[in-house]
Amino acid sequence: MAETDASEVETTLSQEPGALLQYWRQLRKDPLGLTGLALVLIMVGSALFAPWIVPYDPNQILVGPKLEGPSWAHWMGTDQLGRDLFSRVIMGGRIALQVALASLLAALTAGLLLGLIAGFGPRWLDNGLLLLFDAVRSFPVIIFALALVTLLGPSLYTVIFVVAITAVPIYARIVRTQTLAIRSNEYIMAERSMGAGTGRILGMHILPNVIGPLLILASMDVPLVITLEAGLSFLGMGVRPPTPSWGTILNDGYSYIRNSAWPVVFGGIPIIATTLGFTFLGEALRDIFDPKLRRDL
Amino acid sequence: MSADDGNVLEVRDLSLDFGSARGRVHALRHVNLTVPRGRIVGLVGESGSGKSTLAVATIGLLAGNAEVVGGEILFEGRDVLKMSERELRAIRGRRASMIFQDPMTALNPVRSIATQMTDIQYRDGISDREKRRRAVEMLSRVGIPDPENRIEAFPHQFSGGMRQRICIAMALLAEPALLLADEPTTALDATLEVQIIGLLRRLQEEIGCSILFVSHHLGTVAELCDDVVVMYAGEVIERGSVGDVFHNPAHPYTHALIECDPGRIKEKTRQLPTIPGEVPDSIHVPAGCVFRDRCPRAFERCAREWPPEYVANEDRQHYASCHLLDRDGEAGQ
Amino acid sequence: MSTLLEVRDLRVRFRSMGPLRALMRRVEDPFIDAVCGVSFDIREGETLGLVGESGSGKSTIARAINGLLPIHSGSVRFRGDEMAGLSRAQYARFRREMALMFQDPAGSLSPRMTVRSLIVEPFKIHGYRDRNLDAEASRLLKLVGLGDDFAGRFPHQLSGGQARRVGLARALALDPKLILADEPTAGLDVSVQGEALNLLARIQDELGVAILIITHNLNVVRHITDRMAIMYLGRFVEQGRTDDIFRWPHHPYTEALLSASPEPDPDAARERIEIKGEVPSLMNRPRACEFHTRCPYVQEKCRNVAPQWSQVGEGHGYTCHFPLNLARADGDAGGR
Repeated sequence: MAETDASEVETTLSQEPGALLQYWRQLRKDPLGLTGLALVLIMVGSALFAPWIVPYDPNQILVGPKLEGPSWAHWMGTDQLGRDLFSRVIMGGRIALQVALASLLAALTAGLLLGLIAGFGPRWLDNGLLLLFDAVRSFPVIIFALALVTLLGPSLYTVIFVVAITAVPIYARIVRTQTLAIRSNEYIMAERSMGAGTGRILGMHILPNVIGPLLILASMDVPLVITLEAGLSFLGMGVRPPTPSWGTILNDGYSYIRNSAWPVVFGGIPIIATTLGFTFLGEALRDIFDPKLRRDL
Repeated sequence: MSADDGNVLEVRDLSLDFGSARGRVHALRHVNLTVPRGRIVGLVGESGSGKSTLAVATIGLLAGNAEVVGGEILFEGRDVLKMSERELRAIRGRRASMIFQDPMTALNPVRSIATQMTDIQYRDGISDREKRRRAVEMLSRVGIPDPENRIEAFPHQFSGGMRQRICIAMALLAEPALLLADEPTTALDATLEVQIIGLLRRLQEEIGCSILFVSHHLGTVAELCDDVVVMYAGEVIERGSVGDVFHNPAHPYTHALIECDPGRIKEKTRQLPTIPGEVPDSIHVPAGCVFRDRCPRAFERCAREWPPEYVANEDRQHYASCHLLDRDGEAGQ
Repeated sequence: MSTLLEVRDLRVRFRSMGPLRALMRRVEDPFIDAVCGVSFDIREGETLGLVGESGSGKSTIARAINGLLPIHSGSVRFRGDEMAGLSRAQYARFRREMALMFQDPAGSLSPRMTVRSLIVEPFKIHGYRDRNLDAEASRLLKLVGLGDDFAGRFPHQLSGGQARRVGLARALALDPKLILADEPTAGLDVSVQGEALNLLARIQDELGVAILIITHNLNVVRHITDRMAIMYLGRFVEQGRTDDIFRWPHHPYTEALLSASPEPDPDAARERIEIKGEVPSLMNRPRACEFHTRCPYVQEKCRNVAPQWSQVGEGHGYTCHFPLNLARADGDAGGR
């Protein structure tokens, strides 16, 4: 086709000087991405500084009206036990982020390792690992989660474990495909011709190409994990009371929805905001780092 | 059909831009081109010269970010740029058809040759049996052995050379007035290239169509074509008959390009001629002549004034865009 | 000059189907010979051209010599030391002395590395920690005619010709004795092709390095090589001094290849030997003389008896029952 085609081929994640600045300039032009960034920053900031933000102890049962609407004393009102809802929502965000970070980090590490082995290792190992990935993935996530909760008992760690286990095959598969694609490039052959060993090739040439897209993908999975945690907690299978979690707030609010709709509203808004924030940001980052994906998909 | 002065295709003063992140790419600038009826015209240039862009523009196939800045493209006397998408579709595949560099991607890999070749005749009001008969006949004309049986095969069951023959057969089924060939032999080995060139020549004589043959290879053009159009950095810098242009190149770039071709140099040498310098940026096009930075004969006027097309040989329709040909004006030494 | 590389009866095979399928279909030998009984020498500082069409096995030879593909049988000696059958670790020392240049100049450069880190990569791989890498990078860039300002660029910021130069700089890093150059002009425009070849010639004059050039372009071979070999279906069909082969090709395939290269002259005599059909599949080699299916001069004997390697003059040989130009070569051995 046209040789002077205007579609500039942009290389992904190049470490040119000032590259970060360039990414920021691109992000600035994307209003949805900026919104996402703002939402994510608010979420992360409030989770980090939660102990200093919250006006009350989230578990403290206050003397005063229960299921009260928003007021100056209680910005989001109180719940059925009279606890300050604002404090519980903020602390719930902390829990949500902890679960997301811990589980995704575990899933990323394991997925990366297994994916590299599958993509670069011998054929039989690849086939074996693929079979394993598909087996795990064939369980519906929620059923799998319920089964594990029944086995291990409901707790924060169970939630993290469930999320990690279900996410590993997804990440591993992506890493494997990427590894296979990169491995067939001529520059990998060139490295081998110069005498580079497997470790050097994996670490210096394949990993940097794989990790960028993977991190973006993981950032888009954060809301999934948060809703899964909320879902499990809502079902009473996740975080145990009285620990505040968005799921438990929703669950409690749901029981008293005839008395007051505020707990459900204030418990739901952060979930929606976080989901949108991470999704917008993730998509914006993907567009910046991997313009090819934007056009083809 | 309207009057068309014996030319199937005539491009007049065409300029075309692409929008890009870095700015406007002036891909084609004041381009002139004529394809007379029944002639084979070679369009040569190095990568980035805009030859493929020009070739696909002639049947109105433009990328989404392309914008025609000026000029006209007359196909059989009618301006392609003013046609509706419907009118264009009526031309493509019937009056003008195209073959590409990569014969694998030009064929649908999951459908048999028979289906693909009968499908493209959907506009002809003839029976399926007749369509198939014509397809088989065309396959045998392009040299596919045992076409009655082979027509049922799928593209991947043919070798690269055979696939290109099939593409040619498909393109010629409608007996077009113009065949656009975009580097059809570049991906092929030398012995196959020779076969395809011979085939194109023979079929052109039989069918009587015109061919616009895009290539970066001077030797192939010299061998196949009647006329040649030389492009450099988005401009047509010389055009004329193959004999005139190759024997008496009027533009210093054409001259240098022919000098460079190692196929011309028979004596063994360890120091091959080259064209020093680089092709100018087509976003910030320099004023004056595009070739002047690399031109051994550039003089003061070349930097100041853009060279229009001068006549290099009145009787033989040989033109070149170089101030050296301006007999009336100031000339360099 | 002493012999640098000595290849004898080299054979490289690829698996054509999985072991299970082979067992089910009762195929005893589920392999194809990509390179089949090839022998040649490269002397120090000499240039040898391997010419052939796609699938002829020419790139396979280079990769097998470099240890990227296993040698099935035969012998490959580098300065007298056998390389066939070595382990990867044992191979390392040969890799310092020969460098492979790849066909796709940009594709063989890792896209996230700067030019500087690309060309000092060989030092890092082979553990030369004592070298001043900045000085080495600067020296190598200068050697291939690039300025120091290129050091910070990324591969996508290079033109085809510049990427080719970077590839050559990297190949020259460890001061090799042999460069294996796979299609050194592929994808380059004619005006730049000459530049790439002139650079190779200059490097060879300056450093005295031997070069094995793999190409389908005879024009490349004519100007830069001392000797050449023509490949067909993984075998040599003719080998000899470049000048001799261009003047008196003995094998019909050589003659066809030579005549298939069009000249930029519309009046050039078109005494073209157009050979029929296409290269047969390696899975389905023709019997006897493997070229007989396409040969314009085929005779009955060619279909039944495989021709042996025949030697004429010094280092010039071919496999053909009815060679061309034989009389002329004999009668005019000293040149025209």
